Amino acid sequence: MNMITKGLVGLRDWVDDRFPLMQLWNDHMGQYYAPKNFNFWYYFGVLSLVVLVIQLVTGIWLVMNYKPDANLAFGSVEYIMRDVDWGWLIRYMHSTGASAFFVVVYLHMFRGLLYGSYKKPRELIWILGMFIYLSLMAEAFFGYLLPWGQMSYWGAQVIISLFGAIPWVGDTLSLWIRGDYVVSDITLNRFFSFHVIALPFAIVGLVALHIIALHEVGSNNPDGVEIKKNKGPDGKPLDGIPFHPYYTVKDSVGVIVFLILFAAVVFFAPEMGGYFLEHNNFVPADPLKTPEHIAPVWYFTPFYSVLRANTVDFFGVPGKLWGVIFMGLATMLFFALPWLDRSPVKSIRYRGTLYKSALTIFVVSFLILGYLGLLPPTPGRTAVAQVCTILYFLFFFLMPIYTKLDKTKPVPERVTG
Amino acid sequence: MSENAVDPDRRRFLTGTASVIGGIGAGLAAIPFVATFQPSARAKAIGAPVEADISQLEPGGRLIFKWRGKPVWVVRRTPEQLAALESLDGVLRDPASSESLQPEFAANPWRSEKPEYLVLVGICTHLGCSPNFFPSTDAEGMGSDWQGGFYCPCHGSKFDLSGRVYAGVPAPTNMEVPPYHYVDDTHLVIGELEEGAA
Repeated sequence: MNMITKGLVGLRDWVDDRFPLMQLWNDHMGQYYAPKNFNFWYYFGVLSLVVLVIQLVTGIWLVMNYKPDANLAFGSVEYIMRDVDWGWLIRYMHSTGASAFFVVVYLHMFRGLLYGSYKKPRELIWILGMFIYLSLMAEAFFGYLLPWGQMSYWGAQVIISLFGAIPWVGDTLSLWIRGDYVVSDITLNRFFSFHVIALPFAIVGLVALHIIALHEVGSNNPDGVEIKKNKGPDGKPLDGIPFHPYYTVKDSVGVIVFLILFAAVVFFAPEMGGYFLEHNNFVPADPLKTPEHIAPVWYFTPFYSVLRANTVDFFGVPGKLWGVIFMGLATMLFFALPWLDRSPVKSIRYRGTLYKSALTIFVVSFLILGYLGLLPPTPGRTAVAQVCTILYFLFFFLMPIYTKLDKTKPVPERVTG
Repeated sequence: MSENAVDPDRRRFLTGTASVIGGIGAGLAAIPFVATFQPSARAKAIGAPVEADISQLEPGGRLIFKWRGKPVWVVRRTPEQLAALESLDGVLRDPASSESLQPEFAANPWRSEKPEYLVLVGICTHLGCSPNFFPSTDAEGMGSDWQGGFYCPCHGSKFDLSGRVYAGVPAPTNMEVPPYHYVDDTHLVIGELEEGAA
């Protein structure tokens, strides 16, 4: 052992006497046993973390040149794009990162549906994850106003006026959110504050809780077998391997592949044909002129379709309010998933035809709703959206029934690799 | 006094009262944070009621005022135009203005306090474009039931001279009538229903 190594070990021990350094490392990395049969779907958790870091770093740099002022905001974004050295790269990383965040989070959530990762004892991990998802939607919504383009402006106008549909307090509430009679400089400033301070804090905190809860109960796996049930004489799970070095190395391969794809989008298709950065947002916000067609960014469109699909008044409640209620419910129902699912097995591998069909129908409906939300409504499209909205909700409402009736296969004692 | 035993009831009472009082304090401290979200004095001043001088308005003409960043129209209708309004019920979506936004005094066919003067927020209820003013009855391409009114160039919504929406166009409701009141015969205040109400 040479002098330098000795010095470093000495420093580590000095810190360890004053801070639980080795304990933290072992609990979450060196001695954290993860199932050995993780597959492709298990990359998206770590990829979400990578995108979070990209967004935080590029965000800090963007704020250095961005001006949260209705008269200056649009120009300052163009200034970043044209005059700041490498500003275009940082801005495109941030805008592409927003879409990439939703791509990896949606796939991460779908993994949960595939392998029953929300089921006991991981209900709280799922709930914390849902809070992260909701915060992320809020973060994206607030952030989208900041470039102060036409779509920023009118998108915010439409979404805030949704609160106006709430009986009695609606108008007061939307006035309170805007802080003005129309979306204005005041609204821009408070959205900026939420976007760069409040929500990033919330998201980072929730991510920490999500991971602490995960490492307390241990990761699920594609077989849905609890690896802690089969421990060797040394007390270590027989089907587990230490997160470091096995999964740190495996994940870094996934991260590299992801970064290649991410860079390809940033360099060659940062606007993604109008899906990541909408064309109308290259026109400065004009409170007196509405764009011909207002559509949210792709990651919100399934819920926007649900909102628009409610065109009928029933029980004396106007269709517009039902739209707001169902749109809220469409996101909130995920919270109830651990209790709606009555199946004795976790993984799709051992579930029967009923759950497999229900999940397929749900995913297809979700995708169709997302596609329709990008387009202007026609009577035909609205009818399709209504059918898909009903299917979307039936997936949740009927879940206690079909998961109970489903003919499941026996789950093996050990993971199958 | 230190030899006294711990009195759990007393301790629970003190903890309880301290928590309640502390909770109330925290709740009260939250009020200013919530209240900063209200429109500021400056935003309110910009959104304050505006006085409109309509002494120069000819019959059949229109004036435009700006209130809270939106155009507000004052239209002086002729007796013939007012008479034509009564005949339109069949082609309108909401002729009685039961689903539309207006002060109570304006839920009538002419949608105004004085039938002669119409006051409207000049924004289409569909997606917020500002419709054009076509007062004559022979405007081209407007259909045989056209008695003059407003036409939105964005998505083709049609409104009559009371801002009531025609059936079969994208706009869902009649155009909004803002709160207003008359100061005298030729002056009105847009933005409040009576003196000092807003």
